[in-house]
Amino acid sequence: MAELPISRAIKEFLGEAEEIIEKLNLDLVTLADGNENGEVDPDLLNSIFRGAHSLKGISGMFGFDDISTLAHHMENLLDRLRLGKVALSGILVEVLFGALETLSRLVHGKGETEEYSLDLAPVLTRLEGVLNGGAAGKENLLAGLNIDPAILSVLTEYEEHRLLECFKKGRNLQSVKISFSLASFDQDLAEITDILKKKGEVISTLPCAGDVADRIGFQLLYGTSATVGEILAALGRDDAVVDLLGEKALAAAPQPKEETFASEPAGEGQEGGATSMRSISRTVRVDIDKLDSLMNVVGELVLSKAAIAAVADKARAGGDLELAVELQKAVRVLERRLDELQKGVMEVRMVPVGQLFEKMVRIVRRVAGEHGKKVAIDIRGADTELDKLIMEDLSDPLMHIIRNAIDHGIEPSEERLAAGKPEKGTIALWASQKGNHVVIEVRDDGRGVDPEKVRRKAVQRGLIAEGTELSRDETYDLLFLPGFSTRDEVSDLSGRGVGMDVVKNNISALSGMIEVDSRPGEGTTLTITLPITLAIIKALIVRVCGKTYAIPINAVMETLMVEAATVRTIERREVIELRQSTLPLLRLEDIFKLPVSSRRDGRIFVAVVGLAEKKLGIVVDELLGQQDMVIKSLGNALSFVRGIAGAADLGNQKTILVLDVGGLMSEALRGESAFYV
Amino acid sequence: MLKKILIAEDSPTMRSLIVSTIAALGDFEIVEAANGFEALRILPREKVDLVITDINMPDINGLELVSFIKGNANYKATPLFIISTEGSERDREKGLSLGADAYLTKPFSPQELQALIVRFLGQEA
Repeated sequence: MAELPISRAIKEFLGEAEEIIEKLNLDLVTLADGNENGEVDPDLLNSIFRGAHSLKGISGMFGFDDISTLAHHMENLLDRLRLGKVALSGILVEVLFGALETLSRLVHGKGETEEYSLDLAPVLTRLEGVLNGGAAGKENLLAGLNIDPAILSVLTEYEEHRLLECFKKGRNLQSVKISFSLASFDQDLAEITDILKKKGEVISTLPCAGDVADRIGFQLLYGTSATVGEILAALGRDDAVVDLLGEKALAAAPQPKEETFASEPAGEGQEGGATSMRSISRTVRVDIDKLDSLMNVVGELVLSKAAIAAVADKARAGGDLELAVELQKAVRVLERRLDELQKGVMEVRMVPVGQLFEKMVRIVRRVAGEHGKKVAIDIRGADTELDKLIMEDLSDPLMHIIRNAIDHGIEPSEERLAAGKPEKGTIALWASQKGNHVVIEVRDDGRGVDPEKVRRKAVQRGLIAEGTELSRDETYDLLFLPGFSTRDEVSDLSGRGVGMDVVKNNISALSGMIEVDSRPGEGTTLTITLPITLAIIKALIVRVCGKTYAIPINAVMETLMVEAATVRTIERREVIELRQSTLPLLRLEDIFKLPVSSRRDGRIFVAVVGLAEKKLGIVVDELLGQQDMVIKSLGNALSFVRGIAGAADLGNQKTILVLDVGGLMSEALRGESAFYV
Repeated sequence: MLKKILIAEDSPTMRSLIVSTIAALGDFEIVEAANGFEALRILPREKVDLVITDINMPDINGLELVSFIKGNANYKATPLFIISTEGSERDREKGLSLGADAYLTKPFSPQELQALIVRFLGQEA
């Protein structure tokens, strides 16, 4: 039978399962907070229940019995919880978190190999443990409410429970009847529901045929402490009918009106032919690899365009003007369309960093829990968009930074209270877009890093000489040196043998930059600056000593032409004056050990590059122009080469090296004093 | 003329499983709705020969959809299956008493669904 190809179906399953788990995680965090404050939103509980329920359903279909069993147990507990048969408690929330963690591990494991399994017995036992409490004789109660059976018959068990809860709390049960145009009923209904939710609880929404064709009616079952008159006033619509229900109302609500709206017969002529499988759903899930190969094709097209432009030039040089003009026209049209295509594909790759932050929320909870520390998380700018691949690669370094912050930064409660700080520590994850870059700040309000201690340790480890003078920034940069953090002082949580140098390498591999700032006693901030996308970049093509290089244009702030004589040397570093500030210069021939041809006479060109707050001038012999290019990695074998981010094809079968601006800058600016602008 | 089947189900994975199960049976025109509202929008526009709905959906629940369809002269003759995860016996009873023609419990086998479709729509292709 023509089932979905197994691997694709499973990928779809895993994708959806991950989504559900992330949502569940966020909801559980909200639930935990609600529990602490003694307020639990029934919609939230229901949403968590639905998550576990969906996961059980789909994993069962794929034969992942272990996921299904665990989700089933969670669902049971959540069902009792939302039906009020079990009371919410801190322990219960922790058990749910534990179960979710196991679920998440199972799903990830299945992604590697379908045979992956875990011992579920301990989790299941804990779930069973908190699952107890008695059921109520609900049917009788409901029957006593004197509500139209037509309404009662469509309530799910959960809705019945909400109805009874409202009744027990002495709220008025009302029926709100209203009809909308078929074209816009969902927005209209959402507006009405929003108004109603402010004053009570919408228990169910029953659609019924409208009085006129093209309209659809709804009967909402509503629990509120407001009166019918108040609700009518709040709705502010003449066509809304609000009735009191239940034992307080003598008359039962009238039956929903039947039919009257004639459905348009579907055009017979347009049918027939092949099976149509239209989906009304507006979103698609796409494998990032597919987008990547699409992006590569776009890249190749960009190169083909360059090749055609070159042909046009050749034709012109050969004297065939007419052909040259026609070709150029075609190239321009192609260029515009390619721009649109490129932009379109790029946009599809963009995802909000919120997805990544949500994962981090879970890490914070878990690590804080393991450490017995109280940590809140403050997320801002979650809708800032970033290339999906960059985000994937950012996940590990960010996780490490957060572990570090909780492990070493946030103090235990007693220490915080003694220092006059709030008992609960805060980890802030802020994202924002600055031009072509996304800046992600991770801040903690912990004990901070003492620069003097860092300096002493660097000396101890032989990373700097005794008595070296360093600025604050330079001192903090020492944290990123390989061999700075060692195993003996890294706890098992943030440990795993990964130091901040690895974090920095990971960020550099994404053409990004990371900086630390800290105030002892107040906290530490790590700032990560990343390009929005790596896929296709505009680059400045430069020539130095007969070699051609590309500098990503998003890093180039300006280009200057200066007299070689204006270059001064301060403390063995070449600098120039740039608008009242000092710009340190970098000569690529020194970095790449190029044979020096002619230099330091006449005019030189400087490409001023900047990342975050720092600037550097790269000295070049010639500026050759701008070009779009697709950067390809040099591969692991050449990953040790410093200062190079990758290679790109220029379209004329020539390969060009792309400079790693972040890497060059940190190398050039580290260890030297006071060259910053 | 191809028979038209409307699937109302909020899980995309579940939807595509149902779709592939139906496609394996023969040629049908399949219309998908990711929630109850989409289903409500589709019903007056398309002449649907069979409705398959989930119970737990984000906006209106499956029972409400069943009540709408079976309580409306234009649609009440349309066969309707509920597919839901086992759990509430009461939800199942209610679904059937509201007029649903069949109730399938997840996980169900493709053969179960296919047999039901054949029973209500006849052998196709």
